[in-house]
Amino acid sequence: MSDSPDLAKLIFGRLTWDAIPFHEPILLWTFVAVAAGGIALLAALTYFRLWGYLWREWFTSIDHKKIGVMYMVLGLVMLLRGFSDAIMMRMQQAVAFGHVQGFLPPHHYDQIFTAHGVIMIFFVAMPLVTGLMNFVVPLQIGARDVSFPFLNNFSFWMTSAGAALIMMSLFVGEFARTGWLAYPPLSGIAQSPDVGVDYYIWGLQIAGVGTLLSGINLLVTIIKMRAPGMTMMRMPVFTWTALCTNVLIVAAFPVLTAVLGLLALDRYAGTNFFTTTLGGDAMMYVNLIWIWGHPEVYILILPAFGIYSEVVATFSRKRLFGYTSMVYATVVITVLSYLVWLHHFFTMGSGASVNSFFGITTMIISIPTGAKIFNWLFTMYRGRITFEVPMLWTVAFMVTFTIGGMTGVMLAVPPADFALHNSLFLIAHFHNVIIGGVLFGLFAGINYWFPKAFGFRLDPFWGKVSFWFWVVGFYFAFMPLYVLGLMGVTRRLNHFEDPSLQIWFQIAAFGALLIALGIGAMLIQFYVSFRHREALRDHTGDPWGGRTLEWSTSSPPPAYNFAFTPRVHNRDAWWQMKQHNYERPTADFIAIHMPKNTGAGVILGGISTVLGFAMIWHMWPLAVLSFIALLAVAIGHTFNYQRDYHIPADEVSRVEAARSELLANHV
Amino acid sequence: MSLKALRGLLLPVVLLLTGCQTVLMSPSGDVALQQRNLIITSLLLMLIIIVPVIVLTLLFAWRYRASHQRDDYDPDWNHSTLLELLIWSAPLLIIIALGAVTWVSTHKLDPFRPLERVSEGRPVTVDARPLVVDVVALDWKWLFIYPEQGIATVNEVAAPVDRPIEFRITASTVMNSFFVPALAGQIYAMPGMQTTLHAVINKPGDFEGFSANYSGAGFSGMHFMFRGMDEAQFEQWVAQAKSGPVLSRDVYQQLAKPSENDPVSRYASVAPSLFEDIVTQCVTPGPSCMSGMKGPNLPAPEHAHDSTADESMHGMPMAQPH
Amino acid sequence: MSDIQAIPLPGQPSTLSFHLSEEHHPQHGTLLGFWLYLMSDCLVFACLFAVYAVLGRNYAGGPTGAQIFELPVVALNTAFLLLSSITYGFAMLEMQRNGKRAMLAWLAITGLLGACFLFLELREFGHLIAIGAGPQRSAFLSSFFTLVGTHGLHVTFGIVWLVTLMVQVGKKGLIAENKRRLMCLSMFWHFLDVVWIGVFSFVYLMGVLP
Repeated sequence: MSDSPDLAKLIFGRLTWDAIPFHEPILLWTFVAVAAGGIALLAALTYFRLWGYLWREWFTSIDHKKIGVMYMVLGLVMLLRGFSDAIMMRMQQAVAFGHVQGFLPPHHYDQIFTAHGVIMIFFVAMPLVTGLMNFVVPLQIGARDVSFPFLNNFSFWMTSAGAALIMMSLFVGEFARTGWLAYPPLSGIAQSPDVGVDYYIWGLQIAGVGTLLSGINLLVTIIKMRAPGMTMMRMPVFTWTALCTNVLIVAAFPVLTAVLGLLALDRYAGTNFFTTTLGGDAMMYVNLIWIWGHPEVYILILPAFGIYSEVVATFSRKRLFGYTSMVYATVVITVLSYLVWLHHFFTMGSGASVNSFFGITTMIISIPTGAKIFNWLFTMYRGRITFEVPMLWTVAFMVTFTIGGMTGVMLAVPPADFALHNSLFLIAHFHNVIIGGVLFGLFAGINYWFPKAFGFRLDPFWGKVSFWFWVVGFYFAFMPLYVLGLMGVTRRLNHFEDPSLQIWFQIAAFGALLIALGIGAMLIQFYVSFRHREALRDHTGDPWGGRTLEWSTSSPPPAYNFAFTPRVHNRDAWWQMKQHNYERPTADFIAIHMPKNTGAGVILGGISTVLGFAMIWHMWPLAVLSFIALLAVAIGHTFNYQRDYHIPADEVSRVEAARSELLANHV
Repeated sequence: MSLKALRGLLLPVVLLLTGCQTVLMSPSGDVALQQRNLIITSLLLMLIIIVPVIVLTLLFAWRYRASHQRDDYDPDWNHSTLLELLIWSAPLLIIIALGAVTWVSTHKLDPFRPLERVSEGRPVTVDARPLVVDVVALDWKWLFIYPEQGIATVNEVAAPVDRPIEFRITASTVMNSFFVPALAGQIYAMPGMQTTLHAVINKPGDFEGFSANYSGAGFSGMHFMFRGMDEAQFEQWVAQAKSGPVLSRDVYQQLAKPSENDPVSRYASVAPSLFEDIVTQCVTPGPSCMSGMKGPNLPAPEHAHDSTADESMHGMPMAQPH
Repeated sequence: MSDIQAIPLPGQPSTLSFHLSEEHHPQHGTLLGFWLYLMSDCLVFACLFAVYAVLGRNYAGGPTGAQIFELPVVALNTAFLLLSSITYGFAMLEMQRNGKRAMLAWLAITGLLGACFLFLELREFGHLIAIGAGPQRSAFLSSFFTLVGTHGLHVTFGIVWLVTLMVQVGKKGLIAENKRRLMCLSMFWHFLDVVWIGVFSFVYLMGVLP
């Protein structure tokens, strides 16, 4: 063992047994639980011989529908993780008063709020949004797949690789203790010498590759693959918002890549971009990261706006009010979202004129947003509204989001922000818009498009239980935070002195428990719906009386989506087809050209995880090796020219005949 | 003016809603008071549109429910120029009003701008000099240096009632935010840079101050007491500090080391130009010291460069004091 | 609105056709997609340029641009890269004429010119680090190395890609897929040229100004 320390250091870098948190009981038990659950899952998959199925039908699939579903699964799994962090924070803040220190020391608590933010934004909201866009957009525009099906699979696996790294930080080493945007100098090597920030950097960089590529992919898909007749102003609103969101992704994520790259150089190569010495400027990081960060907020909310637009029109049984102004409002928001970043740090002292400029641009965004709310309102006006679960989420959103928008404009007034900045008022505000806007929209979207994806509806009873727990829980959890903000309580504290605050934190913790029940009810909803899938079966492909093309095909759609490419004459293409008594073709099918599955995406994602892990722990030989492997597999993949195949006409006939029979039996 | 009356009317309601006298809603300093008023003004301006939206949402959801089977169902109605005009112009008008309020108030309440009044109707006299307090955010405590009085304190700061205060703020290692909610809004404390906050306290009393920007492990314990007192008490308080030890550079270096939940301590005198050296990171000469930027290597005609170095020292893109 | 067509009477067949009866061939999106990628890459460079603009005069007592930039060498370097863009253009002309051998020859020359560019750049970097003007010395040098180095990294990948494509053309010939890939690399290569012109004028030429 005499010469082994050097060798071990070369191979394992700074990874030692000390990195495993044996001394932290919470983490240890979590690890035991996760490991037991994981082993049980793996055993079950092996026992039921599902590996081959998963590999062939899912992991290597380039079908946009399956990739969309995989994104959703990733997002929901990570939601459980992100929410566990949230509930631990709520519990800690509800008890840690005076001499009671609570169960989370700063070292642990600070990781938790960082992880909560990072996970909820990057690995819950982003995958759920991307997943829905992936699933819905090609169907809505009458396409067979996205423009670059392999890239789509690759993007998903890169996002998963980033998520895997973040999850590893729980049990190997630690996560960043810097807050979710990792401002230097705190995130610099001098203040954070441990691996936490490196997990942050590599997790986000690897996932960022996936996000950027999927943004380009969907953008090209929407521009190039629309069915004949679908002009820009005939695109469904969800597709419009997806278009704008992907424009934002392509135009914002490179900034994140660059700024995290510079932070990484500061930490790995000793450069002086954001150091306080030798001419570095930490405040430049704050500017750059918010130039990405603010558009990111709109990347999340715009597709949610699109979902509400679809849902409110469908369940009001009316054409969407003010389509044109809805589209322009979306575009205006897209452009303006680049002109407001400084409102995240008025308190840096940029001078009155700069501050008021950014304050006023921020307020201007509320004009198109307000117009959108009114458009949904007038879509309901003189409609026939049925309160299915998606519509419930939409109404709850309209009320909740309006409140969040209002507090947002209050924060946009710079002198008011001096008092409210970084307070729990701010926390209440952005949860108000992200939960009340993005998450409610995603839940509406999940309930709305679930039957399209799986062929059966979600159980409405448990859906409503989940809805009420979530909404009531939300108000209990976050309204007290507004009050606490006005009481001058700042964010990210893990201990308080003033006992008069405690009652508000306890109410908030109660709210978090209600939300936990809401999440539980949602899991039960999935289970119950699966159990009762025959009773909930959607035979028609159009369970809600939909208006757009995705409802014209079967539920779930065949691999090729549409036997014949639809021709579009109207914004509400499927609604018009139904009004014109459209008869779907039943003969003369032709062979359909489709892309082939490939395992390259999974493999590249796996190697990227290894590369990231090696970089985090300074395992240089492994890093070099995995980088070379990454390059080799990527190049090797380009030598594969056999990327597509034809579904024979017979096969199409068979699938379509089965559907005709189903329709004849059930309609 | 009607807005003001409305504000007076609604203030109790807002306070009632928040359940108790929160510090932001009943501050003790004039700057914080004006910020409070601004919060309420903007809230009221927006409620003009928010309340109808929420009411209409619930009303429409109820009125047009399918089970109601109203006969004015109109599945194709999807456009009305008049309504469109209305729904774009109503928010626009409110934002124009709020934008004007924002522009004026942001300039008036710019923390770099010396105060014009100590409270409503009491302007600052021309010859009155503000009390200068240099603030340093350390890991994880606050150091206050009084250049005029020559004393320094840790985790406690005092000022006479109704005398304008000029805080000059910096940090030693990481970014913090200097915030006394009862006194005035916050401003970042950043290493290698200096920000300024002008404020005044109008009531005697002890007010909680803290860092409002997460700065690491000891962040939760990084609070201090701001004491408003009359002139005589303040003189006494200064005299009390005069009996303490000396804050030399060595003592400062010890103090600057990370520590948590530090008690209040006072220093009778302070090493000369200590604060300036903290801002330029020159307490110990070395590579971190920014005056080293103007090294001997630089060619002679360097005025343009000097000014950039100066600016970065004072935290460009910070505004300079007007 | 005008979008609503007349609805046929019940039982009447619609006058509108709602699907195509032949295979639909949407336009190929590869070039658009690659163009979008280039724009996103352009934003990465934009950030690095912005960072250089902010930090480029923070010498921290270290050397200035005027002291360390050797303009003649950089000019030669620029000439290599500009020339490589022209030779890539010739390769593309040969591709259109289906002249596989000539095209491969021009690609090889392009790659060599790119390698010369990289060699000179690395020599410059090595020299700077040797005299103690490495990226750790000051914020100016950090941003200089990062901006120029990121460009150099792109050129490196360009060369790897170019070699890969030469092998693929050699194996498969000038088939449609390969032509498309050559078009993409062409866009990439010219893009790097444009970025370099920015680097040369903004970093080197303006850097030696007093």
